[in-house]
Amino acid sequence: MSTPHEPGVQPQPEGTNVSTTASAAKDALHTRRAFLFKLSLYLNGAVGAVLAVPILGYLLGPAFKKSASYNSWVSLGPIGNFPEGETRLADYRNPVTMVSDGATGNAACWVRRIDGKKFQVFAINCAHLGCPVRWFEQSRLFLCPCHGGAYYEDGSRASGPPERGLFEYEYKIAGDNLMIQAGAMPTLATEACNKKPKPLTQIESASPAASTQEAQVEERSSSWPA
Amino acid sequence: MASLKKRTTSAAGKTYTWLDRRLGLAKPLTEAAQHPTPARSASWWYVFGSAATVLLGLQVVTGILLALTYSPSAGEAWSSLQFLNHNVTLGWLLRAIHGWGSDFMIAIVLIHMVQVFLFGAYKFPRELTWIIGVFLLLLTLGMAFTGQVLRFDQDAYWGLGIGASIVSRIPWLGGPLVHMMLGGPIIGGQTLSRFFALHVFVIPGILLALVGLHVWMVLRLGINEWPMPGRIVSKANYEHEYHQLTEENGVPFVPDAAWKDAVFAAAIMLSVLACALYFGPFGPTGQPDPTIIQTAPKPDFAFLWIYAVLAYLPPSLETPMLFIAPVVIIGCMLLLPLVAGEGEKHWKRRPVAVLMVGVIAVTLAIFTQLGTYTPWSPIMEAWSGEAVPVAYLQHRSPLERQGALVLQNKQCRNCHALGGAGGMRGPALDSIATRMTEDQIIRQVLQGGGNMPAYGKALSPAETRALVSFLMTLREKNLAPAVDASRSLTHAGAMRVPAESNLLRMP
Ligand code: FES
Repeated sequence: MSTPHEPGVQPQPEGTNVSTTASAAKDALHTRRAFLFKLSLYLNGAVGAVLAVPILGYLLGPAFKKSASYNSWVSLGPIGNFPEGETRLADYRNPVTMVSDGATGNAACWVRRIDGKKFQVFAINCAHLGCPVRWFEQSRLFLCPCHGGAYYEDGSRASGPPERGLFEYEYKIAGDNLMIQAGAMPTLATEACNKKPKPLTQIESASPAASTQEAQVEERSSSWPA
Repeated sequence: MASLKKRTTSAAGKTYTWLDRRLGLAKPLTEAAQHPTPARSASWWYVFGSAATVLLGLQVVTGILLALTYSPSAGEAWSSLQFLNHNVTLGWLLRAIHGWGSDFMIAIVLIHMVQVFLFGAYKFPRELTWIIGVFLLLLTLGMAFTGQVLRFDQDAYWGLGIGASIVSRIPWLGGPLVHMMLGGPIIGGQTLSRFFALHVFVIPGILLALVGLHVWMVLRLGINEWPMPGRIVSKANYEHEYHQLTEENGVPFVPDAAWKDAVFAAAIMLSVLACALYFGPFGPTGQPDPTIIQTAPKPDFAFLWIYAVLAYLPPSLETPMLFIAPVVIIGCMLLLPLVAGEGEKHWKRRPVAVLMVGVIAVTLAIFTQLGTYTPWSPIMEAWSGEAVPVAYLQHRSPLERQGALVLQNKQCRNCHALGGAGGMRGPALDSIATRMTEDQIIRQVLQGGGNMPAYGKALSPAETRALVSFLMTLREKNLAPAVDASRSLTHAGAMRVPAESNLLRMP
């Protein structure tokens, strides 16, 4: 970008003596350029601020999405697959996946059928630091291979480093299918986002609102003895 | 012939002059290479920094070569590593060199840091060199962690799960930060891409820039002189004294000191190569499929101590420790030269410093050692894999043998060893009867306590009775079982209650 000459200031032809007027003119030019340079810095600052919006928006995008917004109902198959009184591992495909997810888009959970239509569906992720817990039928415990956390069959904490019981998925029975509300990997924070009450201290809601659900949908109940 | 040689040398000379006329690097580079070094500092103790830089170069080169084949997609990464291991010519060796290079780099950076600390080299005027060095250590560890993630196997998958779970404990911001870290709701394609970008672009970029600054400051401020007891660093005189030292008996860095750096660097590179050839590449272990839960994830060597600490912290302390401890530790390292920028440099006059290094090294070693055999983890297969030793079944009543069966079936041995085999989560049971009375055992089994879950619901009264009668036989020869002293008083009294029927009435 060329700067127009100020009126009255002519560039000095080469070879002439540097007069006082010439040096004054040079000084004036210098201050003007210094000012323009400063201005250009502000301009670039402003451009940077504008550019920061898409950059930060792109980068922080995932942070602004609520965990619950990832969740939807997934089927774990007919309830006949889950014998009463037993706890079984069930697999499903995560509802939000991309092509590049490959096998990591699969997920597993522990399904405990208490009786009839009463279920408990636990995340395999330990409530301590997320390692996959395994069910031990005979000792009726979930054990964690990482730091030795143990949970009882109802998911409540038995011993070890976990501070709380296993994460639970909400479930419903649609027709003959057991469905769970899944999507985001459960951790202490992301689990808290998608569920209002803490699962293991939840007291069965006595409000009539709870009974105005779909007729087919069996709300999960935690009234069984802990 | 002679004229040909002459012509080539003169041609080379001409090219050199042509280039240097334009680049102008010959003079500054020669000056930098020959900068005066205190004579005693041309020592084998001063070779670790340059070795770390050479290792970084090795990592960059092997890393780029691996990137030629590696596919940073969650669906393909694991198989592309298998392909590298088995199908690409020498792919396994390149992977092995990169993996071992990373372990060596962490080790050398740590040794370099300890040497600098013990020699007081972080003191005035080299405070900033140390501070940047702390960041270089953190970046090196960052490379190790992200690199472990790129080896997208079961350990990497569950390692990310552990990372996400730690992040999720940050108050208020936990949830959003987990999604930031994973790039979405689950560990998957987005997550791997993020860590790929970190491992390949972001961290190496910062690392190389900071290494440049670090080396620049070493050249500018000079190599630390050999510390002498009683030679005190003071901001007023140091630069003058150092100048004298290098003027009077300084030697040019190249070649007087540099040959040792070069020899050591070569030895380290050869060691990396030897380890790579002998031990081979790291993994990948099982496929990163979260539905395969038969796994006991473990972090890489450099992070084993953290893994052990996390197992031992009581739950209530864990979250605060996870976030306060790193801030305090890193803060202390950064502030060290600002707080202790003057004074004695020699380790003999700094007992606290020496003690600290010793304590930290021993602590890290102990936790790392624990992390290699994880005594806190249940052995998930012990109950079906290890038989009850025959000696423990001989001369036992049918009821007691039935108890041994209960012990095995109820998977007690996942946590309790018997005859040296089984988990170490709980105490070994070989001499349990000499430590606990019958009543105490019953109470412990049924109600749990300490680290033991309660088995009241998992055992029928008959099973409990058999189990406890077996456990009561477990004591060393000639040792009587532990008894409750008050029992004999009850027994001596008029209303004598048979112990056996007592047992059956347990809830
Ligand atoms: S992750 Fe399960 S006990 Fe630590």
